[in-house]
Amino acid sequence: MRVGIIGVGMTAFRPSTPEYSWKELMFEAASRAYADAGVDPRTEVDSFVTCAEDYYEGFGIFDEFTPDQLGGALRPVCTVTGDGLQGLANAFMQIQTGLIDIAVVEAHSKASDILTLEGIIEHGLDPIWNKPLGGHPFLIAGLEADAFVRKTRTSVKAFAAVVAKNRTNALRNPLAAYAAKVDAEQVLSSAERFAPLRALDIAAPADGGVVLVLASEAAARRRHANPVWIRGIGWASDSPTLETRDWTQAAYAQLAAEMAYRLAKVRRPATEIDFAEVDDRFSYKELQHLEAVGLAKKGEAGRTVLKGGYDPGGALPVNVAGGSLGCGNVFEATGLHRAAEVALQLRGDAGSHQIDGVRVGVAQSWRYIPSATGAVAVLGVGQ
Amino acid sequence: MTQRITKWPGVELSAADLNEGKVTQTRFRPNAKYAWSAGEAMSRFLAELQNGRLIARTCRSCKRILFPPRMFCEVCFRPTDEWTYIQDTGTIETFSISYLDTDAKRIPDPILVGVVSLDGASPKMGMMHYFGDMTKDEIRIGMRVKAVWKPWEERRGSVLDIRHFGPLRKDAK
Repeated sequence: MRVGIIGVGMTAFRPSTPEYSWKELMFEAASRAYADAGVDPRTEVDSFVTCAEDYYEGFGIFDEFTPDQLGGALRPVCTVTGDGLQGLANAFMQIQTGLIDIAVVEAHSKASDILTLEGIIEHGLDPIWNKPLGGHPFLIAGLEADAFVRKTRTSVKAFAAVVAKNRTNALRNPLAAYAAKVDAEQVLSSAERFAPLRALDIAAPADGGVVLVLASEAAARRRHANPVWIRGIGWASDSPTLETRDWTQAAYAQLAAEMAYRLAKVRRPATEIDFAEVDDRFSYKELQHLEAVGLAKKGEAGRTVLKGGYDPGGALPVNVAGGSLGCGNVFEATGLHRAAEVALQLRGDAGSHQIDGVRVGVAQSWRYIPSATGAVAVLGVGQ
Repeated sequence: MTQRITKWPGVELSAADLNEGKVTQTRFRPNAKYAWSAGEAMSRFLAELQNGRLIARTCRSCKRILFPPRMFCEVCFRPTDEWTYIQDTGTIETFSISYLDTDAKRIPDPILVGVVSLDGASPKMGMMHYFGDMTKDEIRIGMRVKAVWKPWEERRGSVLDIRHFGPLRKDAK
């Protein structure tokens, strides 16, 4: 049974949204998605999936607070403690059971409600092995970026090229929080943070909400919808232990991609995939993830970005909507935002950042520091 | 079964052993601070509390008066329509008598807690709060109550700006 995306709803991504509670933010994203799908959540949606981590929200049992603003009161509702793409996989499977015709996936960030963001991220570290050392949790990104540079002989100029590309791409995305004409020189001269990473290599936090409406092929047909098909989806976790994980490559992304490609019957991703939206919350992550999901040869992504190969007009457009560097880090909504952008591109609804003639795209997510967990979705239109 | 065991195998630990550092332990105090945006509905609600008033939102579709106020109706899934004040009097829907505090210590004078359906709001809409100026023997479901507000200068824009709900008729005591 095929499962398709029939509705996309997003709020703007903003550095802070003091005018909205997180519930009101969710209501806006959900209202947009239902209007896009032409679906009444009170009578036509069979299941609601939200994606959130209690520590980001600041209160326990977050799932308890989700139904009202999604239209899910007195209906089947559940929360996935993970990234939005993991929630998408959950909804995909619910529809595959045949019990659910239409499912909704929601993820959001209200990062501006968190006063001690570093403290929250630090709390994800192992309490016996790592926490006693103290130190900023982003050090982990520095460690990984350093290992990536040494293993693949990638120049830090390539990191700067990723930042310049994505911040500039965001100028064509009216929803982006951090659109700016940034050049590589500016990145390379920004303050040192966690070597080899500099201030501009790190995506800044943003608030925002994303909601997708999914339908089985039969339900989509009944509604005369024109779905973006979820051709394949996969997810994987590497060892959480900092001392044993593979620092040089994103094994979780590679395994998640293999699972998604197997389902989607994609054998040569580098030639069959038209464009990609990958996690770039630290600049090097975009390159590491492209290599992991088979869209670049090992060690090649850095050289390709320097030659403009991932530009909107390049051979493989990557993060055309601006990525997290341009749109802002929306935490658990990051992967769902990527899937939403891929869906809009495939429908031809991406506005002024639309790329021509795309049929198959990849969305890839990572569950941020300190995790080694990620998911990949292959989306396509037509037969 | 466990009552018959007088000596458990292993080494028993006392609080003193922990305090004296004889036991390997790790301590971490999470730096977790938040400042939630109350949003459109709650911001107005809290500001009105400080003024000693209770405010609700109406939904024209289901004709309900929603309290506490919200910008969306969870039944109709549409934006709510207008602000409207409701009364600070109501009826006890449900209550419990708490003989333990949050530390599970005995309270000599038990705490009366419950939910009040407020006059002016749709049925079954109101506030959870404390009850006062009545004894545990006097409280009953269906009892008419009224908010007892803190003096203006002590109000902070919080549900605690209401001290508790007391009997509506003074002679009910």
